Amino acid sequence: MTDAESSTGDEGVLSAEVDSRRQLWTTAMKPVVETPRWWWPAVLGLGAVVVLGLVAWAVQLADGLGAAGYNDGAFWSVYEADLVTFIGVSYGGAVVSAILRLTKARWRAPLTRIAEATALVTLPIGMLFIIPHLGSPTRVWELVWPPYWNLSSPILWDFFAVSTYLLATVVFFYLPLVPDLPVGAALLEHQHDRRAAFTRGLYRLLGSRWSGKAPQRRLLEGAIGLLAIMVIPLAVSVHSVLSFAFASSSRAGYSETIFPVYFVVAALYSGVALVIVTAAAARRLFGLKAYIHTKHFVRLGFILVAFGAAYLYLTFTEYLVDGYSNTSDLAAWVHQVLVGRYWIPFWFYFVAGGVLPLALMAWRRTRSVTGVVAGSSLVLVAMWVKRLVIVVPPATEPLVQRTLGPAGLSGGAWGTYHFTWVPIAITLAATAAIPLLLLVVFRFVPILPIDEMEQLVLEAEDVTTAARRAVPGLEPSNRPGAAGEPLFLPSTSTATASPPSGFLPAAPPPGAEGPPIGPLFNQMTVADPSDLDPNGPSRGTR
Amino acid sequence: MSGDAGSCDSKDAAGISERRCGVGETVEQSGTVGGQSVSVGARIGRRGFLGRAVAGGASLLALGALGDRLAATVGANPAAAATDGTPSTVHQWAMVIDLRNCNGCKLCTQACQKAHFLHADQTWIDVFQMETSAGDTYFMPRPCMMCEDPPCVPVCPVSANIRTAEGLTLVDQSRCVGTRICMNSCPYQARYFNWSDPEPAPRQPFPQEPSWPVPQVKGTVGKCISCAAMLPSGQLPECVANCPMGVLYLGDLAFDVAVNGIGNVVKLSSFLAENDAVKFKESYGTNPRVFYIPGHGQDIDSD
Repeated sequence: MTDAESSTGDEGVLSAEVDSRRQLWTTAMKPVVETPRWWWPAVLGLGAVVVLGLVAWAVQLADGLGAAGYNDGAFWSVYEADLVTFIGVSYGGAVVSAILRLTKARWRAPLTRIAEATALVTLPIGMLFIIPHLGSPTRVWELVWPPYWNLSSPILWDFFAVSTYLLATVVFFYLPLVPDLPVGAALLEHQHDRRAAFTRGLYRLLGSRWSGKAPQRRLLEGAIGLLAIMVIPLAVSVHSVLSFAFASSSRAGYSETIFPVYFVVAALYSGVALVIVTAAAARRLFGLKAYIHTKHFVRLGFILVAFGAAYLYLTFTEYLVDGYSNTSDLAAWVHQVLVGRYWIPFWFYFVAGGVLPLALMAWRRTRSVTGVVAGSSLVLVAMWVKRLVIVVPPATEPLVQRTLGPAGLSGGAWGTYHFTWVPIAITLAATAAIPLLLLVVFRFVPILPIDEMEQLVLEAEDVTTAARRAVPGLEPSNRPGAAGEPLFLPSTSTATASPPSGFLPAAPPPGAEGPPIGPLFNQMTVADPSDLDPNGPSRGTR
Repeated sequence: MSGDAGSCDSKDAAGISERRCGVGETVEQSGTVGGQSVSVGARIGRRGFLGRAVAGGASLLALGALGDRLAATVGANPAAAATDGTPSTVHQWAMVIDLRNCNGCKLCTQACQKAHFLHADQTWIDVFQMETSAGDTYFMPRPCMMCEDPPCVPVCPVSANIRTAEGLTLVDQSRCVGTRICMNSCPYQARYFNWSDPEPAPRQPFPQEPSWPVPQVKGTVGKCISCAAMLPSGQLPECVANCPMGVLYLGDLAFDVAVNGIGNVVKLSSFLAENDAVKFKESYGTNPRVFYIPGHGQDIDSD
């Protein structure tokens, strides 16, 4: 092997890297830079649903909670199930960003920003459900007013746990974003509309001190690693304490030792499902096919069904054990859920949220993006229904009449929840608020974690280079990308099919002479993206 | 004595506003009265355990003042005086329900709803038609059990439930935010929410306060108050006074006496002992202050 050959090979790889970096940046910033035709109609449509929910809430505020179908025989229902569901789905972000980060699963990188953003928007929406849930929402401030606190109340600890988790989620969203901000600001230099100027200012404000030098990087990685460890027990505490609000009771179906685990696993399950659906939507809408592949969905799908199987198992043990005890309270409750008045929602969960997702992943032909996304959508709906099955039956239990005498299973004294349009509208509004807020978030932050992906490419290259040095006989190949298989190099076909558009000059012709790239990887303060462009005009001519 | 009922100790130890010192709370007891903390009993029951665990956790967290406030009142249960036989100068209200005489006329429910301006479905005292295991039916009035260890009190996040020195559990509707977690924890379904605007009520002899929550407040929880504001002036609760069968007795554990609406006065302890009185769902550890006298072979404490 001669020096010349080696050098030619490296240059080929390097120019391929220039292309791949440019494309990464372009793709990541595309939602920030460009306004797709569907953006405003989508935002307005989703906004209209949210407004409808606000109208419904105003009606409820004027008429009282009775307008939402509540009564003394069913004192908890949809809002409590919504609270659990929406706070639950925020756990998906922690799974992808924290758990997979700690297990060093590199493939997760393109998904992290999407997953973290999902957690960031769903958690506040879930928290907001405490407002329609309360009978006197005008006094909600009492929950943050220490003289009124009752430290033995699970609801107060819910509030503490969820607030802490929200803080952690915000920081966990922000920290990995920091290295991307100077890059983003540089890319926005050439946009002249007001929004770009605002975004650029925002990036400068939040990321101006980032130099990308080694000490800063060490500090950032340490902080993210620490936070990744902290976020997991925090999330566990959130869903556990949430379950205590139900379990601090003597009602059959609420007074369950399984509840904290049950709620945590349910949150993991539905959280992963939401990440899958969001990633699929983002991939399609923002053209991320080059970075988020079928393999991502299949792997997330396996995580999904692992949690799904765990949840199915917990459900099975819960009803089996309680049903076996055959004391009148428990027997009546199990009876009502499995074959009584709540059998339809329960078996809907069993089929749509328990069996079908497992089957879709088990069968090779449906183990595709469509299959995984379909399974996840089913999980999201079924897990909301399952939360209703958890919340409503015990809240409608008769506690005086059934417990005395054999009236037991007849169920005459059971309360009934009557659905009205109000909670349905509010639930739909919250559901619509997730994509709405995500569209807004991705209007302002890069949809892909630019720095994290580049770091992983570097890491992979280091490994390959070391390996190549260690094995002297190994021939470097001229094929671009062969050295080190850059993890996020878009496939050639995709790259030609959808060339980076708009704000960056087109890719240079193959073989064009390029500047030395290596050092650039470590200096993230790129003043001008055209620095990276081998043939691009200087800033002055632009 | 609660002859000073209606007067208010506006600066009790916990700094609770004067709104919450109703009839049940006496000035003599002000060191330990007020706020949610009164509820935590001397015995380590389910909720005593919670209280202590939280008190410990709070001090660990160095939430100094809050922890102190909670810890100072753990173990100070005014009801203990009544159960260990020592005469107390504080009334310890109780109720006896003689199931042998109830005919299910529901006049108690109607009188209660009329006095407190409640909706028809807000049955603070309800009369249930029950079935024995032999298939016979009988009627069972169910007011608030005024538990000595009430499950509803520790779960309220804003301390809207209070337990007075006289053993009454009351709701401060000016503080209740309507989480309904107390409805979840009550094993007797004795709590009723105001799902819509309350019935309009004329001007009342007492201001709206925990001991006389009339009119009710939309979006808050209401429940039987044992007509707390009427007791100090010697009036029987509406349900007791209006029961033509003499089923309901108002009792006082401190003075060992009980009286019903048709003028029977009994010595409480011997009346309960001689008639094998039981408490409803005694196994739940709530220590109700309502005693049932069975007479139909029924098993009140079946669960």
